[in-house]
Amino acid sequence: MEEQSVTYGLRINDRDHAVQAGWLGESLLYVLRERLGLPGAKNACEQGECGSCSVLLDGVLVCSCCVLAADATGSDIRTVEGLGDPGTLTDVQQAFIDEGAVQCGFCTPGLVVALHDLLEQRPDADELTVREAISGNLCRCTGYGRIFAAVAAVQRQRAAAGDGAAGV
Amino acid sequence: MTVVRPQRLAEALDALSSTPAAHLLAGGTDFMVEVNFGRRRPERIVALRRVTELQGWSVDDGRFDLGALVTYRQIERELAGDLPAFAAAARTVGSPQIRNAGTVGGNIGTASPAGDALPLLTALDAQVVCAGPDGERTLALTDYITGPKQTDRRPGEVITRVRFDRVRGPQHFLKVGPRNAMVISVACLALVLDVDRRQVRVGLGSAGPRPARPAEAEQFAAAALDWDSGEMPPDDIAEFGRKVSAAAAPITDHRGTIEYRTHAVDVLARRALTRALGDIGAGDAGDPGQEA
Repeated sequence: MEEQSVTYGLRINDRDHAVQAGWLGESLLYVLRERLGLPGAKNACEQGECGSCSVLLDGVLVCSCCVLAADATGSDIRTVEGLGDPGTLTDVQQAFIDEGAVQCGFCTPGLVVALHDLLEQRPDADELTVREAISGNLCRCTGYGRIFAAVAAVQRQRAAAGDGAAGV
Repeated sequence: MTVVRPQRLAEALDALSSTPAAHLLAGGTDFMVEVNFGRRRPERIVALRRVTELQGWSVDDGRFDLGALVTYRQIERELAGDLPAFAAAARTVGSPQIRNAGTVGGNIGTASPAGDALPLLTALDAQVVCAGPDGERTLALTDYITGPKQTDRRPGEVITRVRFDRVRGPQHFLKVGPRNAMVISVACLALVLDVDRRQVRVGLGSAGPRPARPAEAEQFAAAALDWDSGEMPPDDIAEFGRKVSAAAAPITDHRGTIEYRTHAVDVLARRALTRALGDIGAGDAGDPGQEA
C-alpha cells in the first residue's frame, strides 16, 4: 500500500511535477499556486463555494481546494493553464474577451475550466443547462449576461466549424 | 503526518487498525474545508477514493446496493430513472464541482442534519454496511447516525455500502433554501408512496438532530388516502402537514428559526404528498422510472 512522503509527484497539464510539500495536508489548490507556480486556479473561499479554483481531475470538474494534493498522485490534473496550447487562447477564452465577459477577472479561470467541461459534454447546452453548470462559479461583478453570450458565441463557432471540438 | 492510499478494503482496515484515530477521506468536500480552515490538523489520513470495494452500485432482485464512494453526480445521472427523488436530492447538493466529488458514504459519515442524501435513504429504511477490525456489521441508517455530526462508528471502521429495497410508487424530494444551487438545506423532505405495502414513507432533513420518520403522520396519511385513485380529502392533507411538522425537532441557527423550519416542513409535507397523489391519479404509481 502506498504511503505518501512529503515529496510526491503530480501530473499536471501532461507534465510531471515533483512537489516538495511543507505539510501533507495541503490542498491541491495550495500546491498548484504556492508550490508549483501555477496561479491560474484562484484562491477565494477555500470551501468549495465559489468555483474559482476549478480544475479537471481525471477529466472530472472539481474544486481544487477540496482535493488533498497528496491524494492526487497518479491522477491526470488539468488546470486553466493547460486547456490550450501554450501562448494561445482557447475558443472559450477568446469568446470571453470578445463578448466582454471579464470584469475583475478573478472568477474567469474557474469559469473557463467549467465551461470547457460543459461544452465537451453538452455541446448544445441550452441556457438553463449553462446556468446550472456554472451555478457553483460565483462572479461578484455580476457579469453573467456576458458570460452566457460568450458560451453562445463558442457554440455558434463550434457548430460552424462542424466538429464540436475546435479550440481545445 | 502520513497519508495512506489503499486500493483494497483490507489495506484500508489494516491502516486503520494501527491508527484507529486516522481521518477517513472520501470526496473531501467536508473534510478539506475543515483542514483548509485549520479546524482539523490530522496526523494520519486514510484516503479511500481508490478502494474498489467501496465503488459502484447495483440493483439485484429489487435491492439497491450503493458503494460508499458513489458520488452525487452518479446518483443524479445514473439513478434518476429508478430513484427520482434521490436524483433530485443529489442535484440540489452544492455545485457540479461538489457533486462530482461528494459521496453518499461521506454524507452518512459526516452525519450533518442537513445531509441531502439522508431524507430519502431514511424514508427507504436504508441500511449502512460497515467493515472494521471485527468484521462486517449492518445497521439501520437511523441507528448509525446518533446525533448532529455524531455516529455509531467504531474505531477502525469504514462505511462500505448502503443498501435498501426498491419501493414501487411515486417519490418526491423538496428542499427550502435561498437559491437553487450551493444551498445547505434550511429544511428538506423526501416522501415515498409505497403502493405495494400501502405505506407513506417520509424522511426529514434539517429538521431534527438525526434522521427520523414521522411515524404517526405516515400512518395517518396511509389510512386517509385512497390508494386506487390517489385522492385524499384536503382537510386530511392539511392534518398530515401538521402531524409531520409536529414530529420535526428543528433548531434555530443562522439558516433559519425553529418557527420557520416548522412551517416549512408543514408546507413541504403537504406539497410532496399532493404531488405524489397526483402521480397515482395520473397512473404513474407503478413505475417510478417514469418522469413524474
